[in-house]
Amino acid sequence: MHLILFIVFAGLCLTGAINLLLQTHPINSALSLIVVMTSLAVLYLLLGAEFLAAAQVIVYAGAIMVLFTFVVMLLNAGREERTLGSRVARILGFPAVTAILAVMATVILRSEDLGVAGLRDRITTTQDLSAVLFTKLLLPFEVTSVLILIAILGSVALARQGDGKTRVNIGRTAGK
Amino acid sequence: MTGSLHLWLIPLLPFAGFLINGLLGRRLPKALVTAVALLASLGSFGVVLINVFSMLGSIHMPASLPVVETFGTWINTGALHIDFSFVLDQLSIIMLLVVTGVGFLIHIYSVGYMAHEEGYWRFFAYMNLFMFFMTVLVLAGNALLMFVGWEGVGLASYLLIGFYFQRTSAADAGKKAFIVNRIGDFGFLIGLFLLLANFGTLTFSEISAKLAANPAWTGGVLTAIALCLLLGAAGKSAQLPLYVWLPDAMEGPTPVSALIHAATMVTAGVYMIARTHTLFDRSPFALGVVAIVGAATALFAATIGLVQNDIKRVLAYSTISQLGYMFLGCGVAAYSAAIFHLMTHAFFKALLFLAAGSVIHAMGGEQDLRKMGGLRNKIPITFWTMTAAVLAIAGFFPFAGFFSKDAILYEAFQHGGSGKVLWFVGVVTALLTSFYMFRLWYLAFTGESRSHDVRPHESPWSMLGPLSLLALLSVVGGWIGIDRFGSFLAPVLGEVGNSATAPGGKQLDIMLSIIAVAVALIGWFIADRLYRQKPDSPARIAAALPTGYSVLVHKYYVDEIYAMTIVRPLLFMSKYFLEWVVDVGLLGGAAWMLAGSATLSGAILQRWQSGNLRSYAAWLAVGAAALLVFVFVPWSTVLANFGIHLGMAGQ
Amino acid sequence: MNPTLGHLLQQEIPLTWYLLLSAVLFCLGVLGFLIKRNLITVFMSIELMLNAVNLSFVTFAHQWHEVKGQIFVFFVMMVAAAEAAVGLAIIIAVFRARATLAVDRIDLMKL
Repeated sequence: MHLILFIVFAGLCLTGAINLLLQTHPINSALSLIVVMTSLAVLYLLLGAEFLAAAQVIVYAGAIMVLFTFVVMLLNAGREERTLGSRVARILGFPAVTAILAVMATVILRSEDLGVAGLRDRITTTQDLSAVLFTKLLLPFEVTSVLILIAILGSVALARQGDGKTRVNIGRTAGK
Repeated sequence: MTGSLHLWLIPLLPFAGFLINGLLGRRLPKALVTAVALLASLGSFGVVLINVFSMLGSIHMPASLPVVETFGTWINTGALHIDFSFVLDQLSIIMLLVVTGVGFLIHIYSVGYMAHEEGYWRFFAYMNLFMFFMTVLVLAGNALLMFVGWEGVGLASYLLIGFYFQRTSAADAGKKAFIVNRIGDFGFLIGLFLLLANFGTLTFSEISAKLAANPAWTGGVLTAIALCLLLGAAGKSAQLPLYVWLPDAMEGPTPVSALIHAATMVTAGVYMIARTHTLFDRSPFALGVVAIVGAATALFAATIGLVQNDIKRVLAYSTISQLGYMFLGCGVAAYSAAIFHLMTHAFFKALLFLAAGSVIHAMGGEQDLRKMGGLRNKIPITFWTMTAAVLAIAGFFPFAGFFSKDAILYEAFQHGGSGKVLWFVGVVTALLTSFYMFRLWYLAFTGESRSHDVRPHESPWSMLGPLSLLALLSVVGGWIGIDRFGSFLAPVLGEVGNSATAPGGKQLDIMLSIIAVAVALIGWFIADRLYRQKPDSPARIAAALPTGYSVLVHKYYVDEIYAMTIVRPLLFMSKYFLEWVVDVGLLGGAAWMLAGSATLSGAILQRWQSGNLRSYAAWLAVGAAALLVFVFVPWSTVLANFGIHLGMAGQ
Repeated sequence: MNPTLGHLLQQEIPLTWYLLLSAVLFCLGVLGFLIKRNLITVFMSIELMLNAVNLSFVTFAHQWHEVKGQIFVFFVMMVAAAEAAVGLAIIIAVFRARATLAVDRIDLMKL
């Protein structure tokens, strides 16, 4: 059962990620990412992290991805332009990614037995989590709220129409 | 005598004057500039006088000298420890009195002489700067501090020679003085290094103490040190072969010539030898060189002085010649006599220059003796003071020059077999000196005026006052006598041979004196014959001896020889080797290569900073990959497979 | 209990698989960053990488039976939310100034 669930959702996850890369329209990519995140939520659940699974759906698939799609639509982002791209990214980036993957896979595969995961494993409940979060880690938790507050203020300041003047400066980039 | 003597006031007052006049003088009214400059030099003189009188009043005067005042540490690195220390002893008292006293008189004189010159404030700022450095030089308790003063007076001299810097010749003369002095300073500096290496100290008293503790230490490295110091002294005091800068230094204003290039700075070499005489005493060879250099310079410069027509140049060669006398005195270990001559020379040579300045002033800037004449009645006070100076330098009894020159000649005569030769050279020089001084005197003051468009007028009292005072000193300055003078200096310079006590000394002294005066009289007589009775005869003699005359007029072609052997090759080297090969080729090439490589690497690295987000990401990925590979690949195992073992691999 | 269901429930898979999935997802994220030409999609790739890391956190938390790994993920989510808000605001500002979302055209390193 666990195996089947893992295979299904890991497959969904990978498919979504690859689809994200292949799609040229941002909205398609965003929807693929939602698939990835939802499948990840299931995987979290399989690993016994019930609170995180819920949070993954609510925060990521819900809030963050809504924000993404909202921005995509707001900016009316169309298909990707066929730009020249970066040769460095192709020549150096791909081998580097391959090397990273190779090294990480080797390390993971050659590591000693990490144990197994099954459906009967103990589930970390929200209670367990909050017991730690609201006692030992109360200060970091509250600091996070401040961080989010700052982020809100920052995004408002950044996205606001500055001084009422539109600074559409097309000439600078169109010439390139 | 209790408490501090406040020796620091002596140099610092002129320095304050220099700062005020140098920084603000352009905006200050002339009267204030004058007041500052005069007060600064007068204050310095006053401090010296107060100290001297307070010591004369003290019973324990000989015991209380030397006074050493230290104002803090200058350099303290391991073996080398140098203080800002001033020493007041008999020798520096004499020098300080001469420097500040004559200096003050010349400051007063300058007020009148420079009254209508451009850059009045600049002149006095430089003069005060010179006084500052000269007093530092004299007071310095160690050789390095003396070197500071030494270089400083060189700087002041350079600035003042080039005072009329709009004139190319003045600017060139300043540069020449500076460069020639560099050669001497090089020697001085090498001497200092040798001193430091061999004695571990530069303090004069410690050097003397170490020498006294090792009586067997003679010659060798001491000769080397002494010769290096002699090179320095020869540069500063315009001795052979470095005398060439002094005649050209006459481009400066006349008070400068009087103060720096006659009375004080050029005697610094003599002072330095006297100050380090314990070193020279241990090296008979170096002393012999000093004596020979002195005698040769005295004679050499005197012969050139015979035919010069520029009134200041005659005096310049005369100065070189008289400095030669002082070196001769040092060379026969008669330091007191040398310092004695230094003092009297400061009086009468300053007077000669100032009187010459007065003559030039009267003639409206004319310096050529051939255009003067008949000035005796037009400027009587200048004439009489000049006469006193001429009699003093020629060595007539009882003028100042007689006593000091006599002392040197007596000591030279007593100085073994070679001393007789030195004495003879000295006597011949005395004859020549007498001749060219009276030649100058006759040409300037007697006969008919040879220049009709000038209305000679007597100088203002600010100039005549110092003249009169110096004339008085030129007359009475020698009356103290070498015996008393020598015993005063004895604690510093050692006992001097006393003619009164030496066997047959008194008779010999008197005999030598008579010879000297007789020789001076002969010189006067010849000058009288040639320039008063038969004014056309000099030209005839010159025509009869064309070679000799032209050699003398061209100053033995020394400048030309130096130009051919040193200056031209140096210029050639500079031009073709240093400029083209080293500067353009090596330095320029290196600079171009550096700039080019910077540009090139910039051009390459610039592409790295493309601003393109994706290339940055690629580099980031490369870095991450490299880090992962580095961390997770078991290098020791991999390398071991290739037979390479790291430090830990074997364990 | 149904033996088949019990068998199914007892079926276990090694945690290595989860880690491998995490590594692959991460590398897909990096790849996306390198090849995507739209600023927003590039930003999504970052989110993908963050999620990959989160997965490995959760896996290790499971391995050690430790709550702290999950709390880490919680904090990463919070930071990711803040980052997404600010990042998207920056994208809006950039778009306003440049009128483009093409990554290769935004290379002046300023608005």
